[in-house]
Formats: sequence, structure tokens, C-alpha cells
Amino acid sequence: MTTWVFSEEVAGGPASISLELLSKARSLGGEVAAFYVGKGSEAAWSTLGSHGAGTVHHLNPGEALPAAAAAAALAGLVAEGDLVLFGLTPTDRDVAGRLSARLGRPVLSNAVDIVAEGATVTVHNEILGGTTVVETRFDGAGPNIVVVRPKSFTAQASEATIPPLVSVTLPDMGHAGSATVVARHEEASQGPKLSEADVIVSGGRGMGSADNFRIVEEIAARLGAAVGATRAVVDAGWVPYSMQVGQTGKIVKPNVYIACGISGAMQHLVGMKDSGMIIAINKDEEAPIFGIADLGIVGDVHKVLPKLLEALAGRT
Amino acid sequence: MNIAVCVKQIPDPATPYRLDPATHLVVRPDEQVLDDTDRYGIEVGLQLAAATDGSVVLVSMSPAGNLQGIRQALAMGADKAVVVSDPALRGSGALVTARVLAAAIAREEVDLVIAGTESTDGYSGVVPQQVAEILGLPALTFARKVEHEDGVIRVERQTASGYDVVTASLPALVTVTSGAVEPRYPTFKGIMQAKQKPVDYPTCADLDIDPTMVGVSGSGQSITAVRPAPARTAGTKVQDEGEAHLEIVKMLEQAKVI
Repeated sequence: MTTWVFSEEVAGGPASISLELLSKARSLGGEVAAFYVGKGSEAAWSTLGSHGAGTVHHLNPGEALPAAAAAAALAGLVAEGDLVLFGLTPTDRDVAGRLSARLGRPVLSNAVDIVAEGATVTVHNEILGGTTVVETRFDGAGPNIVVVRPKSFTAQASEATIPPLVSVTLPDMGHAGSATVVARHEEASQGPKLSEADVIVSGGRGMGSADNFRIVEEIAARLGAAVGATRAVVDAGWVPYSMQVGQTGKIVKPNVYIACGISGAMQHLVGMKDSGMIIAINKDEEAPIFGIADLGIVGDVHKVLPKLLEALAGRT
Repeated sequence: MNIAVCVKQIPDPATPYRLDPATHLVVRPDEQVLDDTDRYGIEVGLQLAAATDGSVVLVSMSPAGNLQGIRQALAMGADKAVVVSDPALRGSGALVTARVLAAAIAREEVDLVIAGTESTDGYSGVVPQQVAEILGLPALTFARKVEHEDGVIRVERQTASGYDVVTASLPALVTVTSGAVEPRYPTFKGIMQAKQKPVDYPTCADLDIDPTMVGVSGSGQSITAVRPAPARTAGTKVQDEGEAHLEIVKMLEQAKVI
């Protein structure tokens, strides 16, 4: 069995989820192959290799939105019995869906664990807002396609080795492959990245306004933390979408998560409930966030947060 | 421009979902609501159709029930609906769902297919991409803004670190996020008209879908267990009397953040 890991190039290197998946793939035994989509570099190959890739197949899509071509190329590489892993990210989902349709094989999505016993692969996923785990087994010969939630596995690097590189020819997909990227925009963010931060300070609708949200950013800056937000906050335009934590945003697992003015809608809890320590401040005593908070402060964020900011002065 | 919008009726998210203990499938009451995330795609479709003198057909695979959710979507202004409500489809996985939707869309001769990025209840998040692959369409996914000019669709596609501007010629498929537009509320007139709008109910046979390739047995996957997730329990709760921020400081010290 070969376990294939799809790896999208993000900011010049492999997406962090793909390193988590390579580490998991290595633990499953068998061959591990990375399918890398992007410009590529020596540093990228080395990172893929140190996380478990035995070979790297490289596709450079140029300015094409890569899903159609990547799925067609992957479909030509994978064999019966293989496992193909993707992350729950936009491009990974695009490729996984197309690969599934192309191969006529099911895709199991939203996975939090993968168990392989001989040729049988079972996928665990959380449903109903993370309250229930469903175990689903693939029937038939495969290949089996799984889309995994970020932070389900820990990325583990061993010594760096540059794995053998196989260059993949970009297939001509005709009209289906015609979506083209004409401009790329990076949204500026300060401090550590949400998905990698040790501490996250997040704000919800309870912050009241874009102006009032600033104190969340100030406390984060003081703690060297990343700033997060709920869907209501990004939909309101107070902060960019890239800062959204939740089912439709980023799934995070920091050591400490501070939720300010967040009631704890299911869609948000799913994205942060596995944090090490959760501190919540909310004026509604019945807010669902208190059900999972290690420390819950029932109070007004506009009173508690300024005092907290002051108390932190000179402490970090 | 003629547009198909994929929509789904789901059990009201405000009520607790129940799983059938024998089949592990979600129990679907007769009365289901329109998935809220579909309203954005419907709005985008209605705006594009209005600008091009086109039409909007809703395409759905779900138990029809009393059709409340579909009527909600028609009340926003869609012209008609195709609801594939074949009992044989119960328990189908994402790929089967995509095959059924693609077959229903193919009969409609549309220029553009619109879907949400994922349903609120199933959340596989791959069905639109499967539909695009089956229909041979380019997919402009995760759009937070959709524009159309002279047969070219242009979207702002959300990425991990910002957004890309992506274009493709029609026919195409677009998936939209909840930030794309502000969906309209149905008017009273719209609600009354929705009751008269045509709804077609094709079966798998009508769509030339092989009956052995659908439902639980035709989906290539079997649920083997359902169990509660390890629950997180609440810790201490403190009422702020003016000094509660010190409790946070104490926790941060404990966690060695400060």
C-alpha cells in the first residue's frame, strides 16, 4: 500500500496540514508519496522528506487553478489499495472531490483519525458539532480518499533527506481546467499565524464594534498571541476572513485560547474545542462557551479586558 | 444566463439532531428547512439572472417531505425546482449525491451552476467539486465575490492567507461563502407565488442512475460505529466583581504564558 499525501504550496513551502498528514502516513506503514502542487524548491523537498515522504511527485500548475489537472494527474498515479490523504482546506477539497468523481471512489471527509488494519481502512469523523464520533469503513478495493481536519495529527520532522523527485507533466484538461488565477492577494497579518500560535486571543460579536475589537488585538500583541474571530465578526467586516476560527474558518489547537465576547455557537466551538486551556469572558452566564471553558469569567468584556491589558503591562 | 443553484433541505439546526440507532442515519422529519448557507448562492444566482434576463432553477436531492425548505428558496425568487426524492437514495454518500445532482443539472441546459461550500448537516464539503468533475466544468470555489461580464465569471476565491482573483468562461461552477452577498428576505408576494411554482420530482430511473449504485449499499462505505466524542467539562466560573481579570492572569501564569 502506498499512502499519498496531497501538498499544496503555501507561502513558498508545503502547507502545514500536509506535514501533519505525512507524519500520520509514515506511522501507517507502507510507502509514503507526496504529491506537491506549486513551484517547488530544494527546501520544500527537504521538508517533505523529513516529515515522511519517500518520493515527491511535483506538478507545477502555473497560473491555472490546479484542481482539475492535479486530480487527473493523481488519478493516473494511484493504484488499488492505496490511501490518498488531503487536508480540509479549499484547494485540497477541490482536488479530493474531483479525484473521487474521476476514480468513482468515495471520499470520507472531516476525518479526525484514520485506522488501517491490513487492507481495511476506517475513518473517524466528528459530527453534530463535535459531540459524536462516527466510524466509517471503506468497502471495495480502493484507492481510498480521505479529507482530514487540520490539527488531527502532529507534524513530526526527523532528519532531513531529499527524497527522489518525479516531475509530473501538467495534463491539458480543456474547458474543465480553464479556471485561471489572474491576481493573488495576501492579507497582512501581524504576529504568529493562527494555525501555529501557542496562544490565541479571539473576539466575538460581544465585542460590539470594529473599534472595540482593537483591545483583543492589543492583548494578543502583549501576549505574543495570534488574533482570532468568530464568523459573525468576519461577516461584519471587522477583521479579514483569514482570522476566522470555526467550522468554516480555521481549526486551531493552541495551548491557551482566550474567548472574548464569544457565546460559543457550535460552528465556532468545533474550531477551537481541542485547545489546551480555554478562558472565556462573556456577560451571559448561560453562554455555551462556559460549558467547555477551564476558566469562565461572567462579566462585561469592556470592563474586564482593559483591566487585563493593564495587568499584563510589563509582565511578558 | 440560465443558472442552477444546488440547495438542500435539512432538519432545523435549532432542534437537536437524532440518529436512527439501526442505520446511524440522521432522522429527517417531514418538515425540513432550507440550509441557511444555501441562501447566499440563491442570492448570487438571482442577481446574475436578473442582470442577464436569465432564470434560476433549484436542484436538490433530499426527502421532499412537505417541501418547506424548497418553498423558502422559491419564495426568494427562483423560477422552479427539481427535487430528486427517490427513497432508494437514503444513506447515499457524497459521490452518489454528486452523480444525482449532476444528472439533474445536465437536463436543465444551464450556463452556470452555483452551490454553497458545504452543507450544515452533512459537511463533506466536496460535492460541488465532484459535480464539476462529472459535468466537465471549471470550478471557481470559495468565492467571496462573484462578477459576470460577457460570458466570463470572475470571483475572489478565499485562500489560507488572503484571496485570489480567478476567472473562467461559461459554462462553469461556482461555490460561494457566506460573505459573498446579503441574501434577500422573501416578500409576502414571493411566499404566495412560491406555492404555484413548478416542482419536478425525477426518480433515479428518470436520471439514468443505476439503482445498485446508490444508497447505503451503493456508496462504497459502511458506518461501523457511532459513539459520543470525549467531552470537555467546564472548569471554574467566576462572576466579575471588578477583580476577575486577576483570575485570568493567574491562569496565564500557570500556563507559563507570562
